[in-house]
Amino acid sequence: MKVTKRTFDAVIVGAGGAGLRAALQLSESGLKTAVITKVFPTRSHTVAAQGGVAASLGNSEEDHWHWHMYDTVKGSDWLGDQDAIEFMCRKANEVVIELEHYGMPFDRTDAGKIYQRPFGGHMSNFGEKPVRRSCAAADRTGHAMLHALYQRNVRANTQFFVEWMALDLIRDAEGEVLGVTALEMETGEMVAFQAKATIFATGGAGRIYYSSTNAFINTGDGLGMAARAGIPLEDMEFWQFHPTGVAGAGVLITEGVRGEGGILRNDKGERFMERYAPNAKDLASRDVVSRAMVTEINEGRGCGPNKDFVLLDITHLDPQVIMQRLPGIREISIQFAGTDPIKEPIPVVPTCHYQMGGIPTNYGGQVVAPRASSMNVAVPGFYAAGECACASVHGANRLGTNSLLDLLVFGKSAGETAVEDVKKSTRAHKDLPQEAIERSLERVSRLDTQKDGADVHEARLAMQRTMQNHCGVFRFADKLKEGVANILAVQQDVQRTGIKDKSKVFNTARVEALELDNLIEVAVATMISAEARKESRGAHVRDDAPDTAEKPNGRDDQNWLKHTLWFKEGNRLDYKSVKLTPLTVPTIELKKRAY
Amino acid sequence: MDEERGARLRRLRWHCRRALLELDLMFQRYWSRVGDDVEAADAAALERLVAMEDHDLWDLVCGRTETDDPQLMGMIERLRQE
Ligand SMILES: Cc1cc2nc3c(=O)[nH]c(=O)nc-3n(C[C@H](O)[C@H](O)[C@H](O)COP(=O)(O)OP(=O)(O)OC[C@H]3O[C@@H](n4cnc5c(N)ncnc54)[C@H](O)[C@@H]3O)c2cc1C
Repeated sequence: MKVTKRTFDAVIVGAGGAGLRAALQLSESGLKTAVITKVFPTRSHTVAAQGGVAASLGNSEEDHWHWHMYDTVKGSDWLGDQDAIEFMCRKANEVVIELEHYGMPFDRTDAGKIYQRPFGGHMSNFGEKPVRRSCAAADRTGHAMLHALYQRNVRANTQFFVEWMALDLIRDAEGEVLGVTALEMETGEMVAFQAKATIFATGGAGRIYYSSTNAFINTGDGLGMAARAGIPLEDMEFWQFHPTGVAGAGVLITEGVRGEGGILRNDKGERFMERYAPNAKDLASRDVVSRAMVTEINEGRGCGPNKDFVLLDITHLDPQVIMQRLPGIREISIQFAGTDPIKEPIPVVPTCHYQMGGIPTNYGGQVVAPRASSMNVAVPGFYAAGECACASVHGANRLGTNSLLDLLVFGKSAGETAVEDVKKSTRAHKDLPQEAIERSLERVSRLDTQKDGADVHEARLAMQRTMQNHCGVFRFADKLKEGVANILAVQQDVQRTGIKDKSKVFNTARVEALELDNLIEVAVATMISAEARKESRGAHVRDDAPDTAEKPNGRDDQNWLKHTLWFKEGNRLDYKSVKLTPLTVPTIELKKRAY
Repeated sequence: MDEERGARLRRLRWHCRRALLELDLMFQRYWSRVGDDVEAADAAALERLVAMEDHDLWDLVCGRTETDDPQLMGMIERLRQE
């Protein structure tokens, strides 16, 4: 196949919050910037974010970035890098106010300032009491953010390649990243995008799980591309689960339902949270509720023919309250659970929601990997931001509203670093290595020539079930071990998928097969990293690492206060230390994480 | 199926990839029911719906907003759970 070349100063893959924020930095500095995206920018998954974006503006009550930093370190169960966390929390006000200037319609106080509301885990005065830190635009925060950033990019002449799928990184023998190969869906044409800076902002890979709140688009393409190019993935064992996704569908039922009095029940109708969290009951934190639900299911008290979900009951609430205060919940339940929650409880299961790990970066957005004796050497020409990246600010567990902040802060800083690097370089573009392009082409053409290929849909389902059953909310040594063998077997099938439709124009079967190539890398990385980490920390909770006096919550700082790095080649693992030294303030010392 | 019609349907399927999981699932259900058996008028209605913003489209499906356009109304009915 013939491959055309297009040359830019910078190419960004992804047009969600992180990609658009990075693109703006580059275009406004006058660099020739391309953004490649599988879907129209304002169809990116960032649109789904409703809760808001965190910033210690202090508009509603006293607040400070240092308190926000403390909450984030604690939330991360001390696995977050404290330099990056300080950087993010200090920059929060700046990036949120910038966004306001770009036209983001934030909710306002009577005095005209950005209105702020409380959100789980965000506290004042180093964990004392909840603080109002989340800035929102009604229930469309992510949507409004993308619109503001997109308009601004259009003005800055960012060049968009919409409905293009990036396939592989182009990396030369010296390890420098020189761009990406991409497929135009409309024509089936392959193009090599050559750039001095390549920024990945491809979002998360939540679709590796059977039950996921993520839209179908979240297939971890950036992670797959990085892994194939020899770049490790960091802390992939850490996934945040939301306790209440609709069983079988994944659609998120907000915490607000339990806030309004919703009760979780097992097959006997028992309000089981009373046993696990006698005070907070159904309103305990996400991880506590999720684990309680899984314990009920594992001990045979689940509901339904397969006893594999529990029930969220709001039938005792006044129908008026349901209609007025929980709009949308009734419709979601009718559409996806087939039950009207006014009359019958909603079947729910803990559901994969957010990926804490990703492509390792520093707080300047440069992708870093081990080289010689150093663990964090910048990969020349390569940057990443947003959910696909691991800076690492979320560590073992993310606080709500910190992700949108991550997009803005690290999107911007990746952009800034790339601008500096491109402007510094006096050299012309390097030649593109033909072998890298060939490998990418082969991956596409294999699909057309594969004999007796495995079915894409079936292979994906096998992967999702394996992840759900062996590497879910609550993890068991034997299950993980078995999970490693099983996921490697699924990987064999993925390597020989075939497609029946060979057409060129909008061949969605081909796109889905190529996406599965990426998902499986993430799934394998997750399973292997999780099996190896023999402690409980944040979202990674093992049955064989329980809460003890020596190891509160099962956390083992002596052996496991370190980041995992998984390498595709040989499924090798390596570890690097957590950065415990912030930029200007003293270290936030290790403590038991308790709320 | 002629190539032009096939391409139109495949494009439409891709445009049913959304930012909201709710919509992904709804469209998935629709496509698994109809397969390639989509009449031109339905394809046209779908094309108009997928051009909408995700939240607006979901509001329409949930009945939080309404349309008096018969073409869209019919399609929305079919997208909802029977
Ligand atoms: C239901 C839900 C609610 C949430 N609510 C909140 C909230 O209130 N506050 C908060 O802080 N966080 C929230 N989150 C998390 C947050 O929304 C995400 O982490 C964040 O939006 C990810 O943004 P991103 O820019 O990294 O990626 P995305 O917005 O996912 O964008 C990824 C982009 O990459 C493109 N892309 C991917 N692969 C390729 C490829 N191969 N080729 C070309 N383009 C590609 C896509 O087209 C897309 O444009 C929520 C998440 C969910 C699921």
